[in-house]
Amino acid sequence: MANLKSAEKKTKAQSMGMHTETLTGKTQQKFFNPDEAENFFYWGNYDVDFNKRTELDVKDMDCVNANKKIDELMSEGFGTIVIKNPQGKHSLGVGILNKLNLIFEGSLGYFGVGSIDGPMVRVNGRVGWSCAENMMAGKVVIEKNAGSCFGAAIRGGDLICKGSVGARTGIDQKGGTIIVGGDAGAFTGFMMQRGRIVILGDVGINLGDSMYDGTIYVGGKIGSFGSDAIEAPMTNNDIEWLKRKLKVAEISENFDVSKMTKVVAGKKLWNYDALEPTEKKGAI
Amino acid sequence: MPKKKNKKKNKKETKGQLGKKKETAREKMIGQTIGYRYDVNLLPDYSRITPFLKKYVEAMGWDDLNWLEDVHMGYEEDRPAVFDRNANGWVTIPKKIKLPNNQQDRDMIARELLVKFQMSPNHPLVDLKKAYRKF
Repeated sequence: MANLKSAEKKTKAQSMGMHTETLTGKTQQKFFNPDEAENFFYWGNYDVDFNKRTELDVKDMDCVNANKKIDELMSEGFGTIVIKNPQGKHSLGVGILNKLNLIFEGSLGYFGVGSIDGPMVRVNGRVGWSCAENMMAGKVVIEKNAGSCFGAAIRGGDLICKGSVGARTGIDQKGGTIIVGGDAGAFTGFMMQRGRIVILGDVGINLGDSMYDGTIYVGGKIGSFGSDAIEAPMTNNDIEWLKRKLKVAEISENFDVSKMTKVVAGKKLWNYDALEPTEKKGAI
Repeated sequence: MPKKKNKKKNKKETKGQLGKKKETAREKMIGQTIGYRYDVNLLPDYSRITPFLKKYVEAMGWDDLNWLEDVHMGYEEDRPAVFDRNANGWVTIPKKIKLPNNQQDRDMIARELLVKFQMSPNHPLVDLKKAYRKF
């Protein structure tokens, strides 16, 4: 990501001999081929049909076998899978990189539907800690409440909880949208780097603590702002986008989004450069 | 009179170039960019969605751009590029593709090209998948 100025002109720091290493970006010299064929799915993905529906009872299965069975069903072309009796089992529905309509009739335990890339998931009950951790794409709807670390480190997609969520929602978030219909706990958006969090209810203390970038919208009361989290003015683009997203999330379509509080990073903590350790050493 | 003409030309050039933002004092001192060089928080303007993206969203069964809302046209080594999170690197836009001045339009092109690139059998991840897939 670092884009260095040309090395010809020495900066003040370089002339002081404070850093000699040459950092480079991550360009792989890969080029797009604009004539690439139209293809909407990853190579090797299963060709599933949303209209082909089946049910899977996981009452007597452990999570490994249940996840393998889901994969098998997708390979047979089933595009809608209803999971019966999840009974709060951990790590169910993880690692699905396919288009799929997945419905859980019950509650999930820890780390449910983590690392998914594409599916639409609906959980008719509650979820435990770290639901949809590292989610890449798709849509997850939780009908009731969720535990702590909801959407930890998510990178993309829409993660929706119609009820309330615990602490550290969207911790280390790197993209995507988290929408909560109820309240959220302390340290919501802790160290988030990108993406958007929408809380329609109240939030606890230290909102957006140490956030690097991204946006948080809050409809209710804020316990307190975290370090470097500041309020920003709402724009028309924000309002239009929020109205659209709440419609997608199937919650509170009539909510007055114009009265929400927008929170962004103050960017006072931005010191992520290679020079910092050298400077610190000098200071000691 | 000729002086005025030159001034106008220079203004146009700098406006269209990507990543020509004024450095902060800190960046000048360390000779290194801090943070993103384009607006990562820019929300997409859905009136500018391309027909290809519409088809993609429909095929996946989503209601909107989903993960593509976070994709923007950035730049790397002074050339327009898109970050491919699957390959963990920037993918450069070929010179023959002319980019519009509007950031929203540029972002839509970036999204379309990224989907085509990621779903292509030539994507670097395909070889890894063949070698390491477990089931």
